Amino acid sequence: MKTLALVISLLMGSILVVSLDDLPAWGDVNSPANSHVSAYYLDNTMQQTGVPNVVTSVLADYRGFDTMFETGVVFVAVIGIMAILRRDQRLEDIEKVERPPYFPPDPAITGVAARFIVPFMQIFGLYVLAHGHYSPGGGFQAGVILGASVILLAMTNGLNGALSRLTEDWFVLLSGLGFLIFAGVGLACMFYGGNFLDYSALAPLMGGEPSVAAVKARYHAMLWVEIGVTFTVMSAMFAIYSYLASDGWMDRGL
Amino acid sequence: MEQQYPVLIVLIPMFTALAITLIGWFRPVLCQPLAVAGLFGSFCSAVATLVQVKNTANGVISYHLGNWAPPYGIEHRFDGLNGLVLVMVSFVALLVAIYAKKPVEKELGGKISNFYTLFVLLVTGLLGMTISGDAFNLYVLLEIAALTSYALLAMGRGKAYMATFNYVILGTIGACFYLLGVGFLLIKTGSLNIADMGTIIPGLGGSNTILIAFGFLMVGVWIKMALFPFHGWLPNAYTYAPTATSCLVAPLMTKVSVYVMLRIMFWVYSAEWIFEVVQWQSVVMAVAVIAILMGSFFALAQRDIKKMLTYLIVAEIGYMVGGAWTGTSLGLTGTIYHIIADGLMTVCLFMVIGSIVYKKGSAQFESFKDAFQTMPWTMSALVVAGLSMIGVPPTCGFFSKWYLLGGAYISSNYVYMVALLISSLINAVLFIRIVETAFFGATSEEIPDPHDHAVRQIDESPLSMLIPIWMAAASLVLTGLYTRDIVTKWIQPILPGGLI
Amino acid sequence: MAWLEANYNYLLVIVLLMIGLWAMIGKNNLIKKCVGMCIFQNAIIMFFISMGAKAGSTIPILKLKEGATTYGVNDYIIDPTQYDNPLTQILMLTAIVVGVATLGMALTLVQKMYAEYGTCEEDEILEKIK
Repeated sequence: MKTLALVISLLMGSILVVSLDDLPAWGDVNSPANSHVSAYYLDNTMQQTGVPNVVTSVLADYRGFDTMFETGVVFVAVIGIMAILRRDQRLEDIEKVERPPYFPPDPAITGVAARFIVPFMQIFGLYVLAHGHYSPGGGFQAGVILGASVILLAMTNGLNGALSRLTEDWFVLLSGLGFLIFAGVGLACMFYGGNFLDYSALAPLMGGEPSVAAVKARYHAMLWVEIGVTFTVMSAMFAIYSYLASDGWMDRGL
Repeated sequence: MEQQYPVLIVLIPMFTALAITLIGWFRPVLCQPLAVAGLFGSFCSAVATLVQVKNTANGVISYHLGNWAPPYGIEHRFDGLNGLVLVMVSFVALLVAIYAKKPVEKELGGKISNFYTLFVLLVTGLLGMTISGDAFNLYVLLEIAALTSYALLAMGRGKAYMATFNYVILGTIGACFYLLGVGFLLIKTGSLNIADMGTIIPGLGGSNTILIAFGFLMVGVWIKMALFPFHGWLPNAYTYAPTATSCLVAPLMTKVSVYVMLRIMFWVYSAEWIFEVVQWQSVVMAVAVIAILMGSFFALAQRDIKKMLTYLIVAEIGYMVGGAWTGTSLGLTGTIYHIIADGLMTVCLFMVIGSIVYKKGSAQFESFKDAFQTMPWTMSALVVAGLSMIGVPPTCGFFSKWYLLGGAYISSNYVYMVALLISSLINAVLFIRIVETAFFGATSEEIPDPHDHAVRQIDESPLSMLIPIWMAAASLVLTGLYTRDIVTKWIQPILPGGLI
Repeated sequence: MAWLEANYNYLLVIVLLMIGLWAMIGKNNLIKKCVGMCIFQNAIIMFFISMGAKAGSTIPILKLKEGATTYGVNDYIIDPTQYDNPLTQILMLTAIVVGVATLGMALTLVQKMYAEYGTCEEDEILEKIK
């Protein structure tokens, strides 16, 4: 098997090396990838959306449909891992399954330190979400930071403590709710007469002159969809951790 | 409202999946009706858009998401080719959603809401893949479809875990090769929109990168559709899966990958470039012939009927790849028509086998003894589907073989013609064996007992499973009868230029 | 030498792709296959990002002009050559998330197989399945 793998990867590598002369030089300002579509985004994002962080504006507005399905991928990961790992009385006899011995964490040092750090992590996560229009950040990054804060609590003070704060019902509900917020904003745009995810159709909600209101509508709608993304990613991070760490039992972890 | 139909095809199942999660977590009994309602809405939107596209001037409906003109935004492009595939996918998904009620209750315990969420999200991913006009959006939806299918297949427990892990590794290689191909195309053309790439690529001349991008895209898609020699994951993964999962995944996932291959071949690249500049036609035809023969012979050797059907899927993929690579318009028509025909045939066969497993416990030859007496309606549907696999008129299987043979004859691919005919013969042997066991009450090795006159009780499958089976069988005949309409109204207007 | 200097970014990516693919197919231990999958996906991410680099440019967040006090359209420096390509970075955000989800799924399957068969080696599991 190893020789077959070696042959295949050497073949793939040599095919790729053959193509190297044809690729543009590293750092070329005028290569096709840098000039056709992305130059349009850099030129027009400020006057069409009012957001200086070009990554956020393209992610949430020009290619918002991709981002919605990316949130969907995170949601599918939660539901899929739950479907495979969660212990169910009707499928196997739970009483008879052998469980490895449990060593509860001692919260004397790490637990206390974590309890001091977690509030600051959460405030920083909310800052990253809210300031995503002006600095690197946005929904996914904020969701990961918030999820990490809960996981830190679970690792140092025991999984049952963290699970009692963010129960299984809640994180299924939150992950679905986050995706629903994103898709709901798009659906609201359809009700106001535009295409799906056409935020400028929400201009009547902002009031004022139509062209200015369209830019304002895009600016604010981007924040709403990022909030939806944050909910889903935060609950997904914690859900994946707790299912894998507790092997489906959902009562005690590593 | 009429303009929004193209996006509703994907949106209705997506919202249904969210509703199933949020409501079904607390009331599991509502999951299946919600799934059926959502998929029915999607089927209606697909049919409505298909009727609309017939009346447009150039046969294409383009929907701009976020109201940004392509290539700066993402667009949905609906034409005759993906319209037919969308109608087939939503119809098959609707049938399996109705069918799945009893098997899921029996096999999956308390995980009903998870199953239906993943079910509807898989259909959303497949529908989105088919309608998308943007190469990277296609990748994201491909990954949604793949991830949901990993979870659905792994719910079979036991031997399914190793089979699904193999599928995860191979499927990731396939999707990453596709992404690498899209990256090479981006670096040379600067755009991600399929139609836009199609206009830029001819102007690039003989570039090595474009050729290598084509190679990676093709290999990635071939891994996903289980073409020989990348088919290793398919038989095990689909055999050990739960009944409702294999009924949904087997007809759909590989066929949508064939559609993606056609899109890349003829709309991103052009037929002239593929058949004149890239001299791969003979290699790919040889691979297709090996796939057909190998799939058919391995199917002959199986004792488990479900595994036999999975090897038949491998053979059918060989038909479609061979038909597309003959380079003739008859061959391409045959491939497009066969995508629809094969989806309907496979769902009918898998649903029948699922009923046998539900009633008798396993799908070995022994379970079929006297099946004609105990389950007459189910077995009659198996006969109709078997006739379609063999290629008997007026079922749709005959017409797709007719077009494929015509295309092979025009382009002088006689080995492919002979392989098609041999595979039809082997299909006949396979189905006659099953019908013989079901009729005479003894497997091929035993001699039926001439004094056994006992009349067996009719123990038919439940109505919720029988109705979808018969709707699928009826659709096989109807599709065959309306072949001329389908081909002239939707397939022929969109055939690309440059074919023989 | 000049060819190496001009293309070393692409060569590094190609080496990582080869290592990842070899590990996914050739290794026996399931966890090592998952690690190979991570390496392969990360190599593709690095390829896309190096595609979008521009010489002498900064991150794609528009900079304010010298001495600007308001935050309107005319107060930002809008010059595509000064900022990195945002499109490739966005595509890779999506690819990272997809990679994490796939890794989660693969590890779940490994955990279930370990619980059922007691080993993480592929050949031992195939022996036990027969």
